Amino acid sequence: MSDPMSDPMSGPAADPAADPGGWPVTATRHLLSIADLGRDGINEVMRVTDSFVEVGRRAIPKVPALRGKTVVSLFCEDSTRTRLSFETAARRLSADTMNFSASSSSLSKGESLRDTVETIDAMGVHALVVRHFSAGVPWQVASWVSAAVVNAGDGWHEHPTQALLDCYTIRESIGADAGLEGLRIAIVGDVKHSRVARSNVLAFSALGAEVTIVAPPTLLPPSLAGWPVVVSNDLDGVLPKSDVVYLLRLQTERATESLLPSVREYTAGYGLTRERGALLAERALVMHPGPMNRGVEIAAELAGLPNSLVTRQVANGVAVRMAVLYLLLGSGADLGA
Amino acid sequence: MVDATGQRRADVAVADGAVVAVEPELEPSSDAVVLDAARCVVAPGLVDLHTHLREPGREEAERIESGARAAALGGYTAVLAMPNTEPAIDSVAVVRQVLDLGASAVTDVAVAGAITVGREGERLAPLAEMAALGVRLFTDDGSGVQDARLMRRALEYASVLDVVLAQHCEEARLAAGGQMHEGEWSSRLGVPGIPAEAEELMVHRDISLSRLTGARVHLLHLSTAGSVALVEAAKTEGLAVTAEAAPHHLCLTDAEVAGYDTAFKVNPPLRGTADVAAVRAGLASGAIDAIATDHAPHAQEAKEAPFDQAPPGMIGLETALAVSMTELADQLPIAAILALLSWRPAQIAGLSAEHGGPVAPGASANLCVIDPSATWVVDPARSASRSRNTPFTGRRLTGRARHTVYRGEPVVVDGEAQR
Repeated sequence: MSDPMSDPMSGPAADPAADPGGWPVTATRHLLSIADLGRDGINEVMRVTDSFVEVGRRAIPKVPALRGKTVVSLFCEDSTRTRLSFETAARRLSADTMNFSASSSSLSKGESLRDTVETIDAMGVHALVVRHFSAGVPWQVASWVSAAVVNAGDGWHEHPTQALLDCYTIRESIGADAGLEGLRIAIVGDVKHSRVARSNVLAFSALGAEVTIVAPPTLLPPSLAGWPVVVSNDLDGVLPKSDVVYLLRLQTERATESLLPSVREYTAGYGLTRERGALLAERALVMHPGPMNRGVEIAAELAGLPNSLVTRQVANGVAVRMAVLYLLLGSGADLGA
Repeated sequence: MVDATGQRRADVAVADGAVVAVEPELEPSSDAVVLDAARCVVAPGLVDLHTHLREPGREEAERIESGARAAALGGYTAVLAMPNTEPAIDSVAVVRQVLDLGASAVTDVAVAGAITVGREGERLAPLAEMAALGVRLFTDDGSGVQDARLMRRALEYASVLDVVLAQHCEEARLAAGGQMHEGEWSSRLGVPGIPAEAEELMVHRDISLSRLTGARVHLLHLSTAGSVALVEAAKTEGLAVTAEAAPHHLCLTDAEVAGYDTAFKVNPPLRGTADVAAVRAGLASGAIDAIATDHAPHAQEAKEAPFDQAPPGMIGLETALAVSMTELADQLPIAAILALLSWRPAQIAGLSAEHGGPVAPGASANLCVIDPSATWVVDPARSASRSRNTPFTGRRLTGRARHTVYRGEPVVVDGEAQR
């Protein structure tokens, strides 16, 4: 692999305020937003991921690439799969890992987030993997520390490694090395409150896919100006024309907030029910970031069909996160060692 | 020398707290303190309609003494202390406390009283008792009075007290949970938004209540194009409505939030480009009467929180004049900018007897001397405020208060506070 420290995760920082027409771009040595990567950056992650998928198939799926590096997961919101996926990725790269969760930490004793983060940083860690229920926290953390920061999900905002693993999973399934050029992808559900949707809209469109968002108006962001998407509320019309159907998780409290009359009505209008399964194109792929509400956004029997990629998404998550950590911390060690 | 009566070249002599002469080429007496005002503008001291001094209750963020010093450095000789303290300024006792603390400050500290007890929007605070102590403006600022019937009664009750009721216009249910302006940027950033309509609904309601009751209404920190249009129409109709805008709303937009820097979190939030243009146009046309700082200090640790948990607010006393001059110089002559910062707010707050000029023999010697060509870079570390939460860090501004004279005392000389 070429020098993984330089290209493509580094680049000149852009002033977000200077370009109101573009997506906010900030980081140089961090992964905060898919916008930090762009098409070339995403493709580089995909390419490196290929190597780590191969590592994952070995009897001992471990390489010394990040030996001596310390990766801390700082999770201020409940998460199981993302935290485990990052920790597994770090360990397979032989990094030391530490796990910091808000409930058991000094944060619950009143220490400020900045003090907590600076304390961890002062221990000489190399990467902070940050999950927070508030949008923007990884940007703030990045401004306070010298470690590399990886956004593992911030509020409703972004979840870039989820988008990367989704891109990888689609490419793996369709066998296209070129990207997702011309692929028709429908993202269905609660886009307004979804960090997965925001990152995936950026990633899919950067790779050339045509993205359609399908949601009730109350679950769309207030403005879609500048979003490279088509909007529909007719799932039946969109399904037959979609190569990939990406279902978002519906949090049931959306009904109590009067964003929806009921979960039942959501499922009737926007769920991938058994009946709607018949409308899917023959080779259409079905994806979901998990955890799934079977019977709400997806019928139980459809989640288990062969064209459902849900378990591939989870499996690829580890390799993608290995690639991200490797590109950010790159030790220069030989992957084959 | 610039005041509401015009501009002329003159020296100003002051003795015993009052202006004694305004004439060209005055010869100072041998024991006089002489303040050089060459190439400067001498004007009535500025008057801030909207200052959060935080005392009592939040002294870690600001004190009356420190806030007044920041004000004097900004060219102000009077500030109106907002009542959202802890406890709120909703009783004679708290009014007296703030007036007492303000008595030794380097500017006049006038007090705004709360409209409702505890600013809770449920029952009227003792408006007449507070008015008897000199309170001339009442508001629940920080939130608006949500109950239209209660607001109507407050306006009716207060209409005989020679006071004005001022509103923080925000329909609370529509704004609930919002952390920034709702629009393109909030949608991208995944931050819950406050729609412009949350402000405009209450602007519209209070204009209607002014029509219904005949009472004066002052609309605080207007930030949207729709609000400006509503006020313009109300004035055309002849209603007793006045309005103010904050310096940050005439130059910063919601795009500033892109980096999640909580220095840009404020309420009302930074709006869109069209709103900023409308606020500037409203200041130029007279639809908006005054520029008011909404100086809202917050301790650094409070601002170093996730964006949705950080308190809204920006300091502004030391930058308001310079931001206004820098941003509006192309649109407005300096006399018009000073009208927005001095004599119009003095009239609205009932402070015209002592503040806002005109600068003439017998008038109180509350003056500022402005160097219109001074350029400087905002450095929050140099602020006299106890807080540092300015959105203008690093910004180059043109125009600065050089000297401030409060009741005849030079409290700021060459940009340095004298006490």
